[in-house]
Amino acid sequence: MDLPLWATGLIGFLIINAMLVSASVLVYAERKVSGYIQNRPGPNRVGPFGFLQPFADVVKLIMKEDIAPRAASPFIHSLAPVLMVIIAMTVPAVIPFARGFVIADLDVSVLVVLALTSVSVYGVTLAGWSSNSKYSLLGGLRSSAQMISYELSMGLAVVSVVLIAGSLSLVDIVEDQASGWAILGWNVIRNPVGAMLFIITAFAETNRAPFDLPEAEQELVGGYHTEYSGMKFGMFFLAEYVNFFIASFIIVTLFFGGYLIPFEPLFAHVFYDNGLGWLLGVLQFFALLAKTAFFAFLFIWVRWTLPRFKYNQLMTIGWKYLLPIGIVNALVIALGVAVFEALGL
Amino acid sequence: MSTPGTSYAIPGTEAGNVFRFWPRHNEALYKRLESKHAWLEARHHGDGGPAEADPLEHEMVLNIGPQHPATHGVLRVVVKLDGEMIERAVLDIGYLHRGIEKLAEHKTYQEFMPYTDRMDYLSPYSNNVAWCLAVEKLVGIEVPERAQWIRMIMCELARISSHLLWMGVGLMDAGAVSVFLWAFQMREEIYSIFDEVAGARFTVSHSRIGGLATDITPEGLRRIRKFVDEFPEVHAGWVKLLNRNRIWIDRNVGVGLLTAEEAVELGMTGPNLRGSGVAHDIRRFEPYLKYEDVDFNIPIRTEGDSLARYFVRMEEMMESIKIIRQCLDRLPEGPIRADNAKWAYPSKEEVYYSMEGMIHDFMYTDTGVCPPRGAHAYHAIESPKGELGFYLTSDGTGNPWRVRINAPSFTNLQGLEYMLEGALIADMVILIGTVDPVMGESDK
Repeated sequence: MDLPLWATGLIGFLIINAMLVSASVLVYAERKVSGYIQNRPGPNRVGPFGFLQPFADVVKLIMKEDIAPRAASPFIHSLAPVLMVIIAMTVPAVIPFARGFVIADLDVSVLVVLALTSVSVYGVTLAGWSSNSKYSLLGGLRSSAQMISYELSMGLAVVSVVLIAGSLSLVDIVEDQASGWAILGWNVIRNPVGAMLFIITAFAETNRAPFDLPEAEQELVGGYHTEYSGMKFGMFFLAEYVNFFIASFIIVTLFFGGYLIPFEPLFAHVFYDNGLGWLLGVLQFFALLAKTAFFAFLFIWVRWTLPRFKYNQLMTIGWKYLLPIGIVNALVIALGVAVFEALGL
Repeated sequence: MSTPGTSYAIPGTEAGNVFRFWPRHNEALYKRLESKHAWLEARHHGDGGPAEADPLEHEMVLNIGPQHPATHGVLRVVVKLDGEMIERAVLDIGYLHRGIEKLAEHKTYQEFMPYTDRMDYLSPYSNNVAWCLAVEKLVGIEVPERAQWIRMIMCELARISSHLLWMGVGLMDAGAVSVFLWAFQMREEIYSIFDEVAGARFTVSHSRIGGLATDITPEGLRRIRKFVDEFPEVHAGWVKLLNRNRIWIDRNVGVGLLTAEEAVELGMTGPNLRGSGVAHDIRRFEPYLKYEDVDFNIPIRTEGDSLARYFVRMEEMMESIKIIRQCLDRLPEGPIRADNAKWAYPSKEEVYYSMEGMIHDFMYTDTGVCPPRGAHAYHAIESPKGELGFYLTSDGTGNPWRVRINAPSFTNLQGLEYMLEGALIADMVILIGTVDPVMGESDK
């Protein structure tokens, strides 16, 4: 369905704000979940159950003095965090939130997602370089090496999905997953290796533990954001949370049926027959949110349980294991698709 | 003020002559980094000659610490990096130097006790006991049985507490922050035991020359029993999480390799030595207290890498539990301090209700034990970090004439520089963790 421009603008505005709020919700969730993992209550002082803790954090960050190293390149030093946030905030434009509810239904939205996540490495690298600090530089270098290594595997995982759906549009990919019985159409069942591959690379792409080498707190102090303070640091922080939220969205969209409610093909017609398509849409939106929340939880869970990889382990896993698996998986899927088409299934 | 042949600015030199020590110190440090003959050159350039020139300028000097989250206090490491690999490393210690060896010369033997708390502040009780044993050896004091058994219990608790911190911080350095908090929960239990037994959580100063300050209370015994019962279960949980954790194993295996010969040559002690396959444990080879009467194993590993040291320390914690159990079973009744006014403090009853007691108390506080003139003694214990020894020389007064501390953290740090060369930056945090230095002890 084609929305007028003002409606798209309004939805865009709402979604950007929702993303900002979701980041603070995620910060709260992360602190609470990590608290429970570590046998402690987590934030519980600011507001009821500590709900207002992230807002207090933001206020603190805004009030802080913005310190930049004298030797830093001022323009790029300020540009880098902005770049990160802008890119993180742009990706939701192509995510289908419910049937027919997407800001920009592009034919190549998968490519847009891949392109945007690739650009986000510039934020990290520029931040590392422009700070003119050795720790930051090491963080930035690690980040670019990591992104390059894992983008290939991620691309191959996406290729396998695109082959199955026969389309580069996220909407088509989601609708394609509605074809099977109940949840059998979901790509995680048709393409489990690709799903695993994509989830692992998504961890790496978002710089989350155990792939958080660029900011390895204990080795590189803060990695690429060592020299940032105040809201500039806050923007990196925001971008990180939005990024892993977006990554959860993409994982769900590509492999876990996107906005499809589990078992939806079995009962969707009931809604349409009774003219309740809008209710289905609302339910789909919540289904998407629930699935995304699960993956966001997974991101948090893993971060607070596992140690960090070492640089050479990271490279070994990326190039020696994930890449060959990705290539073989893409080939197998391509053959499978060809065979199915030849058989006319 | 710049070193010839180097292009980078030396930090601190811009201060000119205002702080003369600092620029000179720094310059010497950086010079040493440049001129150091690292064994690595031979390994990487094949011919054993000097390192090749660096036309692409991919080498970088990185200053890590003394204010750095992974350096466990105020250790400073200056490394020369080739990409992510450490080519040469120079350690700079002494940021926590308080001169306690000199301070000891102006204290009575008993007065020096709180200073030992602040050496290895992760296991203060071991330091107390080491000091007391050295002084008791110097004077020839006989300590009652019960005091010895209680000292053993507390020393082993201190060992667990220290190893817990090593584990928590080691894992946190590797990125698993949660383990740090789990470890601290158990340390909290140990702290509450110390609180009950010694009256202080952290700097206990509970041991006294000739015995102990106070007897262990029934509540203290109950808490120790509870801890001994609970700990193995918690420990098993960690072992389950870590022993088969692919990332943790891969980060440790083959990192910081030391053969048995190298470990001995570098003067490593404690778990670092036992991780290289040298079964040296003072509790077994020169038993002090009642260690010859209890049954325990000395865990060793022959691999000599960080993983081996990890296993050694994890098993040592369980051996400590075993020792504590035996001590609890065999804890005899009796006095806790030597009944001799020249050796130890009189009890509070005597001080408050008898004139002699008060005079003894006064004399002991004022002068303390007076070893014979010219006496000297060395006594070492197996502290959590390794061999902790005190060498005392007496001039016949109540103050030691000279105190020399053989601190395990200091000797262990000698191996760190060697292990760092050839490692990656990410290994650095693992290696500092595995050497387990406490700067308070190393810098004295």
